[in-house]
Amino acid sequence: METVLMKGNEALAEAAIRAGLKVYFGYPITPQNEVGEYLAKNLPQAGGIFLQAESEVAAINMVYGAAGAGVRTMTSSSGPGISLMQEGISYIAGAELPAVIVNMMRGGPGLGGIQPSQSDYFQATKGGGHGDYRLIVLAPSSVQELYDHTMLAFDLADYYRNPVMILGDGLLGQMMESVTLKPYVPAYPIPEKNWATRGRKGRTPNIINSLYLDPEKLYLHNQKLFTKYREIEEKEVRVEIINESAEFFFVAYGSSARISLKVIEFLKEKGINAGLIRPITLWPFPSATIREKVLKSQGFMVIEMSMGQMVEDVERAVMGQKPVYFYGTAGGIVPSPQKILAKTLEIFEGREK
Amino acid sequence: MVQILTRPESLTTTPFHYCPGCTHGIAHRLIAEVIDELGLGEKTIGVASVGCSVLAYDYFNLDMQQAAHGRAPAVATGIKRSLPDRIVFTYQGDGDLASIGMGEIVHAAGRGENITVIFINNSIYGMTGGQMAPTTLMGQKTTTTPQGRKRENGFPLKVSEMLATLDGAAYIARVSLTDPGQVVKAKKAIKHAFTVQKRELGFSMVEILSTCPTNWGMSPVIALNYVKDVMTRYYPLGEFKKPEGV
Ligand SMILES: Cc1ncc(C[n+]2csc(CCOP(=O)(O)OP(=O)(O)O)c2C)c(N)n1
Ligand code: SF4
Repeated sequence: METVLMKGNEALAEAAIRAGLKVYFGYPITPQNEVGEYLAKNLPQAGGIFLQAESEVAAINMVYGAAGAGVRTMTSSSGPGISLMQEGISYIAGAELPAVIVNMMRGGPGLGGIQPSQSDYFQATKGGGHGDYRLIVLAPSSVQELYDHTMLAFDLADYYRNPVMILGDGLLGQMMESVTLKPYVPAYPIPEKNWATRGRKGRTPNIINSLYLDPEKLYLHNQKLFTKYREIEEKEVRVEIINESAEFFFVAYGSSARISLKVIEFLKEKGINAGLIRPITLWPFPSATIREKVLKSQGFMVIEMSMGQMVEDVERAVMGQKPVYFYGTAGGIVPSPQKILAKTLEIFEGREK
Repeated sequence: MVQILTRPESLTTTPFHYCPGCTHGIAHRLIAEVIDELGLGEKTIGVASVGCSVLAYDYFNLDMQQAAHGRAPAVATGIKRSLPDRIVFTYQGDGDLASIGMGEIVHAAGRGENITVIFINNSIYGMTGGQMAPTTLMGQKTTTTPQGRKRENGFPLKVSEMLATLDGAAYIARVSLTDPGQVVKAKKAIKHAFTVQKRELGFSMVEILSTCPTNWGMSPVIALNYVKDVMTRYYPLGEFKKPEGV
């Protein structure tokens, strides 16, 4: 197994190729351009197809077509582009098609900036497009995880016939780290795509659709989707806990989680026993894990590169039983461990008084 | 008994929901006949769009995908790039193709995407109740141009002429269905378009001038005459682009 130094965006692209990506459609936007560029260079050699679409709207609809045709397909973008893709994402979820969508978040709203951010959390986990649907949302926090989660994303998408979003950020996409290029081993048995539209040879026609004009039928379809989502909630929650026996927990994902680890080290030097709860799946959200820690913990500190989005899910899990504090940054500013430390110490000192 | 006409294999037995006198049904049948005659039924994937033909997947006995409003050429691109040896076609109205989906159709044609587009131009939004389309004629009354389309509503778009200027477009034709002779010509054009795709020559499109008696407020016969006498004056019939030997 080769270990190499690689940019996050490139590691993700390499993992996609190894996981059998057949067709990629995308439209350039910073800070994820290396994904498309890497695939333009390397996907054709691996027998796949790279196509630069005329817009994100077209790209996601190409993904819809390719997913319906039964091949592994992916697109990648960042905030403004992901917003344009919401129409197609809703259709892909509605038609139960497997697809991988990468969002390397940058600051918003609007055109915002090109620096890293985590402000698309609501959009990723609460919908974004129209209708009742869910995406499986994976939140890597290292270049290695960008690689690993990409392979996992294709398997989850195929297994559940559901779109999977990899929610990274500009910092992860742009950073270089060593990554072990593990061979692809499917995490799930890959079901045969006998529903795909590949020409009706030897069978009755297959139809890919999300239209249900009869309200009763649409209701049943919504029920079916939610039965699937419940199964995903039961089986697919992924979370990392650092220092199980901590008395105070940081809750953070992606780049913020890495920064929180540094704060935890500082706090240890000061004799404070802090730990980290790092959601790896943002949907399904590890509410139960957080709830388990409520009794043993004195409180929770949510760190996000946003004005406060995931903190609402943490509050929901804690249900007012312990204090939930929040430290957020915006505008593409990465939070500094020192500032978080200062804020945390204030909390501790305030409580001691 | 000798049967001289049967239901094409590429059509299901589901009755069309189209209004009396609407030519969507004739267009469906012609496509199905062509696919049968070229022996493509088992390898064809159709893309239904949004509009009165949104249920096309119920009528074609083919693998079908339903696409968001205007996005059919992108969906078809996704399918064709995944399965290059299959035949992929879209079936789109003028609102779908010339308004919300103008970007997708221009770029699919510009790329020379090897797909076939059947473009139903009835110069109005049928499904949503008769609003103005980009193809609505000057002076034509619709629910959103109650006094008739005027200059401030912009001019009708001639899609076939526009797309024919693109290098990626291999076959572009405009036909109508106003009488048996025109129907025969329309079928020929559809056959050319699918043949162009089969021979991997690039993007092909047939624009079919179609009726919407319901929203035009006309009887079926008068609607057909309207196509013949009024629409074809602004939208001339013919082949705008054709590769050698097709
Ligand atoms: C994004 C979006 N906007 C609007 C609609 C509503 N809508 C449904 S059909 C239609 C017009 C279709 O007209 P056309 O393509 O000309 O087809 P026709 O019904 O005339 O056959 C519109 C605007 C929609 N379904 N999706
Ligand atoms: S509304 Fe118009 S286009 Fe739609 S089915 Fe009726 S006649 Fe045809």
